[in-house]
Parts: sequence; C-alpha cells; structure tokens
Amino acid sequence: MSHQIVPPTRRRFVQGLAAAGGLAAVTPVAARGEAIGGIPVLSGARIDLTLAEMPVNITGRRRIATAINNAMPGPILRLREGDDVTINVTNRLKETSSIHWHGVKLPNAMDGVPGLTFAGIPPGETFTYHFPIVQSGTYWYHSHSGMQEQTGFFAPLIFDPKKPDPFHYDREYVVVLSDWTDEDPMAVLSNLKQQSDYYNYHRRTLGTFINDAGKNGLGATIQDRLMWGKMRMSPTDIMDVTGATYTFLVNGQPPAANWTALFQSGERIRLRFINSAAMTTFDVRIPSLPLTIVQADGTNVEPVETDEFRIGVAETYDVIVQPTEDRAYTIFAQAQDRSGYARATLATRPGLSGAIPSMDPPPLRTMADMGMGDMSGMNMQSGGDSSEMSNMAGMDHGHAGAADKSADMSGMSMQGMEHGTSAVPTTNATGIDPGSLAGHPMVDNIAMMPMDRQGEAGTGLDGNGRRVLRYSQLKAVEPEEYPLEATRAIEFHLTGNMERWTWGFDGKRFSEAPPVAVKLGETVRFILINDTMMEHPIHLHGFLFRVENGQGNRQPLKHTINVKPGEKVGLVYTADTPGRWAFHCHLMYHMEMGMFRTVVVA
Amino acid sequence: MKRSLFATLPFGLVLLMVVSPVQAQMTMGGPSDAAPFGAPVDDAPVFYHLLFDQLEGRFGRDAGFRWEGEGWAGTDMNRVVLKTEGTVSNGVMEEGYQQLLYARPISTYFNLQGGLRYDLDSAPGRGWAAFGIEGLAPLFFHVSATGYASDQGHWAARLEGNYDLMLTQTLILQPQLEMNFYSKDDPSRALGAGLSDLDTGLRLRYEITRKFAPYIGVTYETKFGDTARLARLAGGHASDLRFSAGLRIWF
Repeated sequence: MSHQIVPPTRRRFVQGLAAAGGLAAVTPVAARGEAIGGIPVLSGARIDLTLAEMPVNITGRRRIATAINNAMPGPILRLREGDDVTINVTNRLKETSSIHWHGVKLPNAMDGVPGLTFAGIPPGETFTYHFPIVQSGTYWYHSHSGMQEQTGFFAPLIFDPKKPDPFHYDREYVVVLSDWTDEDPMAVLSNLKQQSDYYNYHRRTLGTFINDAGKNGLGATIQDRLMWGKMRMSPTDIMDVTGATYTFLVNGQPPAANWTALFQSGERIRLRFINSAAMTTFDVRIPSLPLTIVQADGTNVEPVETDEFRIGVAETYDVIVQPTEDRAYTIFAQAQDRSGYARATLATRPGLSGAIPSMDPPPLRTMADMGMGDMSGMNMQSGGDSSEMSNMAGMDHGHAGAADKSADMSGMSMQGMEHGTSAVPTTNATGIDPGSLAGHPMVDNIAMMPMDRQGEAGTGLDGNGRRVLRYSQLKAVEPEEYPLEATRAIEFHLTGNMERWTWGFDGKRFSEAPPVAVKLGETVRFILINDTMMEHPIHLHGFLFRVENGQGNRQPLKHTINVKPGEKVGLVYTADTPGRWAFHCHLMYHMEMGMFRTVVVA
Repeated sequence: MKRSLFATLPFGLVLLMVVSPVQAQMTMGGPSDAAPFGAPVDDAPVFYHLLFDQLEGRFGRDAGFRWEGEGWAGTDMNRVVLKTEGTVSNGVMEEGYQQLLYARPISTYFNLQGGLRYDLDSAPGRGWAAFGIEGLAPLFFHVSATGYASDQGHWAARLEGNYDLMLTQTLILQPQLEMNFYSKDDPSRALGAGLSDLDTGLRLRYEITRKFAPYIGVTYETKFGDTARLARLAGGHASDLRFSAGLRIWF
C-alpha cells in the first residue's frame, strides 16, 4: 500500500481474519437447496424471516451482530415480478425492529419505516408484509430502526423480470459491500460529536505542508492553507467514519477471508453490486476486466463499458464481466477516502487469488466542492497527493476521465440546469429563505454556485487514468412513454456543520421541520442543492425518480442518488401512491442526526 | 455584598435567552403529521463527554500538579458545561476555578456560555456570575473569552486560546495561552487589579488513541503588577518556567 497511514498493528484489523465473517460464513445454509455464492436464497409466495442477535468475529474480537435468519448479509430473497409475496418477520431482538424494502414500489403500510408507516416490530412479535411485485431488478432490504444497519442487518432482494433482461449472462453473483466496526455504533456517533475528525487519519500535517511547498512553492502552499483555514474547513473531509474503525466486507467477508466466486473462462458473469454500508462510498473495479454496466438501482440501462464505478451507500449496479483467462481476478472496492478496501475474487478454481492493487492516493476536496463553481483553471489545490498529476495522466491516455469531463460540463450542465429548473414555480421544502442559512449554527457552508456535476466521476476519481462511470452516462433502456413534466419544484438544501457534526435539510433536523406535502398524482421535481463538502446518497422511499442527467426521454430511474458536494441535481417523479414516505440521506449517522423528511402524498 | 451576585446572574441568563432564537420545536418522539407513530430517528440525543486537556506534573524550581478539564452534556442546541481547573503545589491548591455553564450555539462556530464560577481552592472562595463566548476562530484557533461579576462587586475576565499543530497524524504540538484580569485588588486571594497572570504552554502529545495521549511540554506562568508583588511578598516567584509531563484524555 503506497498510503499506509495507520499504525502497522492495524493490519489485521483492516484485513480482518482469514477465516472471518466467522459464524456468518459457516452458518449452515438452510435446506432450501439453492444458494448464490454461499448466501442462502429464499423464494416463493411465503417467506419467514427471523431477526436475532448473532455472534460474529470479523477482526479477532467477538462481537454481536443483528442478523436476518442468522446470517450477515441475510438471505437473498428471490422473487418474481408480477407475483404477490407474503413475508412474516419475527423479531427476536431485544429492541424494536423493522424491515424496509429498499427501492421497492409498494403500498405505504408495507414500507417498513417505524414512525411513518407503522410502529415497528416489537420484540417477540411478528409482522406480516404482503405486497405485489411490480418491478424487476436488484434491490436490497434492511432495518430502518436505530443503528441496526451498521451491525449487519441487510440483505439482497432480487426480482426476476417477467420479460427477460435485454442482456445475456451465464452465471450470476451478488456482491454486497458493507462496513463493519467493532465499536458500538452509538459510540461512533458520540465520538464524532466530540471530535468530528475523530476517524480521519488523512489530515494535513507538517509533512504534507513540506511536500506541497516543495511541489507547488512555499507561497502557494501557505496561501492554500490560509484559504482553507479561513473557512475553517478541511479538504481531507472525505468520509466521516473510515478504515480507522471499519473493516470493509464483501458478502460479510473481510479482505483476508477473500470471498471467492467461481467461473469458467469465457463465461459472462452478472455481478449484482449492492452497497449496504452504513457510511462508506466505494470505488469498484476488477483490474484488467472491463465492466459493462447494465442496470442501476434495479432499472436496466443502455450498457456502458467502463473500468470502474463509484457506488454510493444504498445504490445498486449490475455489471456484466467476461473473464477469458484461466486465473483469478480481484474485485477491488476501495473506500472513497482510501482508508481501506473490500476485496473479493473471481477465479476459475477455489483457493486462487489475484494481485491486490495498491489504493489510490487519498483525495482532497476543491473549491468546486465548496459550491464555488468550477475553478479548475485557477485551482490552488494540489495538496498531499498526486490528483493533479493524475489528472494530466488521464488526459494523456485519452480516457473518458478528465478530458470528457470538460466537454460534459460545457454541454450538459446548461442543459441540465435549464431543463431542470425552468418555468415551474419553486418553493423551499422547509419553508425557509435559503439566504437565512448564512451563519446558521447548523450550516457551515452555502454553495454559492452549485453546478451540475453529473459529468464528473467524483472526488478521487476524475483523471485517475481509468474509465470511470458518470451519472451522465446512465440512459434508461426504455424511453419514457409519457415524458414527465413537473408542474412544481421543491428545493432542498443539503446542509450540515462538520465542526459540530450536525446534518439536516435547510439547516433543520427532522424533528424541527414540517413534512413535505405532495398531491397524489402530481408530477413533482425535487431540486437538491448540496451545500456541504461531502457526498450525500439521498433516497426517496416509494417511488423511482428520473434523474435529470441530460438524457432526454431516456433519463435513468433511480431510488438513491449520491449528490456531490457543491452539486445541484433535479429528480422528477409522479406521486402515484399515497402515504408517508421517508426521504433521507442514506449515510446512517446523517439520517439519525435528522437529515430526513417525511414526504406526505395525499 | 450579595446584591451584585443577584444583580449579575439574572443579567447573564436573561441575555442568553434574548440572544437565543426561540425555537418552535416539535415534541421529540411524539406523534406528528410527519410521524404519526413516533419519531423515525432520534435526531437530538443527549451526549456527554469529559476531556482533560491538562493533567500534568510541572517541574521546575517548584513541582506542582495541574489539571484543566471540560465536561459537557446535552444536545446540539442546549448543553451544560462543567469546567474545572486547579494547581496543587506544596499541599496548597491555587487557581481552583470551577465553572458550571449553560452553552448555546449562536453562529456556525461560536457558542454563548453563561452560568456560575466558584473559586474553590486553599484561598478564600469567591462566587462569580459568568458570561462568555467560546468557539473556533478562523485558521482553527480554539478561543474563549469570559467575563465575570463577583458577589463582592468585582469584575474579572479571562481569555484562553489554543491551537493543534499536526506534525503527523498522531503527533500534535499544542501551544496554549490563558490570561486573567481583575477589576480590583483581592489581597486574600493574592490578586492585584489589571492583568494578573498569564499561563502559557507548549505541549507535544502522542495520540496512542484519540482519547489517550501522553505529552511532554514546557509551561511558563507569570504574574503581573500587584499580583506579582503579592506573590513575591509571600516568598513565591512572580514567574516560573517549568517542564511538564502529563496525559490528555477524554471519555
């Protein structure tokens, strides 16, 4: 690892145990026969799930996970589009629990959000979910109670389509990415409240100052430090919770355990990637294998060939790969801040393992991330890494990274903006004047010039010399029959104060804000403006929204969008199902701190 | 004599309330139109922490032990803050300033604090009403400024500041400064009017974990004016440059 920033004693901690996942890994697969990659599969019209504590040992220390059917991840539910399903969920935990079917269109009462749609499932009780399946694709399900997601309560959900998918594959695996900590999640949150950079071991130091001064000159380096210091912001704020406490898992297995999927040379393999992490954005690649993205958030997209993709928390991507050599390939998913990685292997035989690439340099935020527009021409940023250098490399290689970015920015951003915000009346979701956010105790920044950034791969990726998926490339397979024309726009500012470690919309927590009212049947545009310096994977329950990414009547449908810092993005959907729908940042600790609203459709 | 305490304490608290925006908060956890079955998230939980920034021996002409700590409990908007500090040398405790404050954010980086201070050490005790501001100044300086009004009609002020200079991710150099001012002489506490004393230090800590960091440092304490004169009269020194070793810990 070129960027070993943690004490060497952390190695086992980062890598996990070779035999880990521990009990989860050796959990006897129920006699249902079928399993995908070692994860049990449940199918049929009636399914029984039990939520209970389960001992695990990921890092060498015994801990208690909250597990579904005694497994982490829980069993794959494999159901068919067009069927009805009944799912009995029995809570054997000591606390109230719930299951939310992430990205699934269903009646509000079945959405599984304690407080909004029901009171949760009390200990010892069984709740029966019953809903028709009206969509196909890769989704997931998880607890919507407390911090249970962080402690292992998540699982894949597959709806097989009525009409075959428009792509072919010989074999499929589910790749569930997650983050595990041995700490109590409440302790993690409490630590962040006392010291918001508690888990950041990539902070700027005297050493990075000397390096930068050598590279960029003393004057420029001092100027750069003064600029960030005056704002009281750190460009190294990439993730709040990092590899300093997390071990990153694939299908419940830490890197050392090397979860392995077998294939025969030449086969086309469908990999269903699901980011079930509480807080971690992953950048995924399989060195020397091109990835063909065929589905995003459960909806098929025109195939895009790429080398790498970023998967925000709660997103899913389905990828086709076709390895032709008789060897092992490494699935490498580095955390966005490069504090660690999840790793798995595709191999022709058990026991093989491929080379593990070194992590990229830790990225730095820029003025664009502060919402000050694209200042790349006069960028002072150059910090303790080679991001600028690799930018150059990206252009040299002519890859779709930096070079395409500028093209996209000039063409697309205008289109997105104009299409996105024109004509229709716009109101603030919380009923505030966004101008009033300046100096607000819970708001540390306001994006003065928020941009359309869907043509960028994102912090740490642009210009890395590889082809990296961008949202602007996602194009729905099916054109919209009736293009959605919003009659009204509702604007949300994504706000926070990194120093106080507070998060919300429009400077307010859930408990301080009124619900957002949408009329039943109304087509509405949500405009998200990210004032913070971090990505927020924003998730709307109950609906799939069109992301205004410039693809005309082929805009992709998604349930979660990872909004970049300083970005403005438009989402359009028709509110065709009544009820109280959760709308929130899917970073679990941000959600818990109130970056959450109820959208009341009535 | 008691009059001024009663006069100043309400003054501080009233000012806090005036400055604090009145919040139309919904009942936490209760049903609302947004959440008829109760709150989906607990977004204003109470946290509590206790940090000892200084827990150290000071070694020079005299040896002494000094602590300075700050605990808090509360939510983002409402916190109770306990500040404690003191010095013990030769069995005598000095500078035992204990404060119990209410803190509330007034801007992105600053909090107002108001409450009580009691000087609890080997000298006669003094009660004060306290009112001040604390926060993060540009360039990441932690600063606080507090004014005090005593039950004896005295005024006082103190300024504090520190800065964390990251040498590496775990090796941190912290310069720190603290100054005290008094409006009147208080001979029984060996204090003279004006800038009475200054305590400054430079500490190099190694964060074995974020919460457990041993350090070494040098500290310089000096007294001014009548305070210095009173110290010398008592057979002490007006200033001391000492080596220190200690622990920075928090819970």
